[in-house]
Amino acid sequence: MSGKRNHQTGDDRPVGIANHAKGLSDRAIAWLFISPTIAILLAINIFPLIWTIYLSFTNYRVNRPNRAVEFIGLRNYERILSDTDIWITMQATAHFLFWTIVLQVLIGFTLAYFINKKFKGNDLWTTIIVLPMMLSPAVVGNFWTFLYQPQIGLFNYVVGFLSGADPSSFSMIGDVALAPWAIVIVDTWMWTPFVMLICLAGLRSIPDSIYEAAECDRASKWRQFWTITIPMVLPFLMLAVLFRGIENFKMFDLVVQLTGGGPGSITELTSINLKREAFEKWRTGYASAYAVILFVTVFGLASIYVKALNKVKDR
Amino acid sequence: MSFSVTEPSSRQKWFAGILVIGYAVITLLPLFWIIATGFKSAPDSIAYPPKVMFDPTVEGYVNLFTTQTRMPTDLIAEARDQLPWYEQLVRERGNTIVGASRFPERFFNSVIIGFGSTFFAIVLGTAAAYAFSRFRVPLKDDLLFFILSTRMMPPIAVAIPIFLMFRQLGLNDTHAGMILLYTAVNLSLAVWLINGFIDEIPVEYEEAALIDGYTRFQAFYKVVLPQAATGIASTAIFCLIFAWNEYAFAVLLTSGTAQTAPPFIPTIIGVAGQDWPAVAAGATLFLLPVMVFTILLRKHLLRGITFGAVRK
Repeated sequence: MSGKRNHQTGDDRPVGIANHAKGLSDRAIAWLFISPTIAILLAINIFPLIWTIYLSFTNYRVNRPNRAVEFIGLRNYERILSDTDIWITMQATAHFLFWTIVLQVLIGFTLAYFINKKFKGNDLWTTIIVLPMMLSPAVVGNFWTFLYQPQIGLFNYVVGFLSGADPSSFSMIGDVALAPWAIVIVDTWMWTPFVMLICLAGLRSIPDSIYEAAECDRASKWRQFWTITIPMVLPFLMLAVLFRGIENFKMFDLVVQLTGGGPGSITELTSINLKREAFEKWRTGYASAYAVILFVTVFGLASIYVKALNKVKDR
Repeated sequence: MSFSVTEPSSRQKWFAGILVIGYAVITLLPLFWIIATGFKSAPDSIAYPPKVMFDPTVEGYVNLFTTQTRMPTDLIAEARDQLPWYEQLVRERGNTIVGASRFPERFFNSVIIGFGSTFFAIVLGTAAAYAFSRFRVPLKDDLLFFILSTRMMPPIAVAIPIFLMFRQLGLNDTHAGMILLYTAVNLSLAVWLINGFIDEIPVEYEEAALIDGYTRFQAFYKVVLPQAATGIASTAIFCLIFAWNEYAFAVLLTSGTAQTAPPFIPTIIGVAGQDWPAVAAGATLFLLPVMVFTILLRKHLLRGITFGAVRK
């Protein structure tokens, strides 16, 4: 090996490894291995982030490249925070977030609880339930508009069959009252399996010995459920909620294909609204400020939540 | 027979089984409907009540792969016996084929961009994960958290500067640009997951190899890589599925040459408006590989999903 060099003694040496490794020094290998990743993340993540922050202080518009870019300070931020339309968007997002999480936690936990009864063939059925979450939300969301068709859609037909209502009397994605639920239903169909899998991991992490001890103490099944099962699964459940929360705050593909934000702007979630500002109205500076606000919101909420989660874990 | 208090009774198992299977059947209905609609004729697809039993036809698939127009009057009287079967099929509906559709190109774009970005993300991610796992990297935990946090950004927010940057560099609507972008997005996941898999491999194996005279590099690819192989493979599947399914970046940054299938499939329309059998046919061809993969590799994939989430 030509690259033989004096071995550096010091921080970069892995703990406990003998000092006569040949070839490149460990520090050189560490840098060689890490730097491409760092470089790509800097170029595709950090640099754009800094650029977004810079643009958020300007009145730049992509579709007017010849206009002088003016530095306008916090004006974009002021306009966004005082814009009532954005608050309507936020309400739509909150409705979507709240109900998808509630439904997915309830159904996901119930399914995991019963799968954990280890009936024959449970792993195959688990896989089948997981299928929707592996598929392309845009393609599947597009097809759901077909299922939601008032007269001919399968969804309307089944609901009509079960409830006795006329299948052509309601339109899930055309009705202002129903559209917010149309997106909740499809998201729940798609992502309940995720919550289910995490709950299942939680249930399987509980050692049998705890239940055996409770049985010796003559604790009822009901009491075991509330004092052992629920507290032990809670950290996992909270983690699932965190991931679903972040993902649904970013929600774009599924809802764009389902409703496109409509009717009107009743299902216009933040990402869809942002896309309108940035890529249809081309208000680049304004949209950048919007993006920064969204990012700070996600990051802020997520860190508060993680702190709460750690408290639950420590208990 | 040994008695265990934690083993559910057979009545409980029956009840649980029926409930879970019931849910699975309901959850499968939309997917079954996609596949079925792909084999329906246009009138069958919009029949009321919805048809479960129907005469299967490949019309939808023919429409998916071709572009058509209304048949000009001089063709109507022409003899059809000599024509290929797909042209006959189309003419029965009063249309004629004028060329191939864009679907194969879009599908192929998805394949190139998906596999390309997965390859780079896995190669770079494995190297970085190994270094993070085995060397003392300054600010390691902060760096790892930072790498993961890049996934918390809404894609539309990231797309604004990426769009400007790609326009500057001429990367908009190119395969290279999309591969670079998906590599970056997948890289964070790859580093995070593979780091966990390598952490599970005892350091002693490498120490033994180093004492036997292996270089660090040899120890890495002869000792560590084979042991982490299944973990790396399941990470690769996740990267591939992400790139395969991605829509937000694709719809904003591609429009022609490099457009992938997810933004394309919803835009499929026939001669007379939305052609649901053709859309369903495209969706079936696009979704089926992922379904088959998921069922075949269920053990690794399901473990990977929870592993990635729970480790944090």
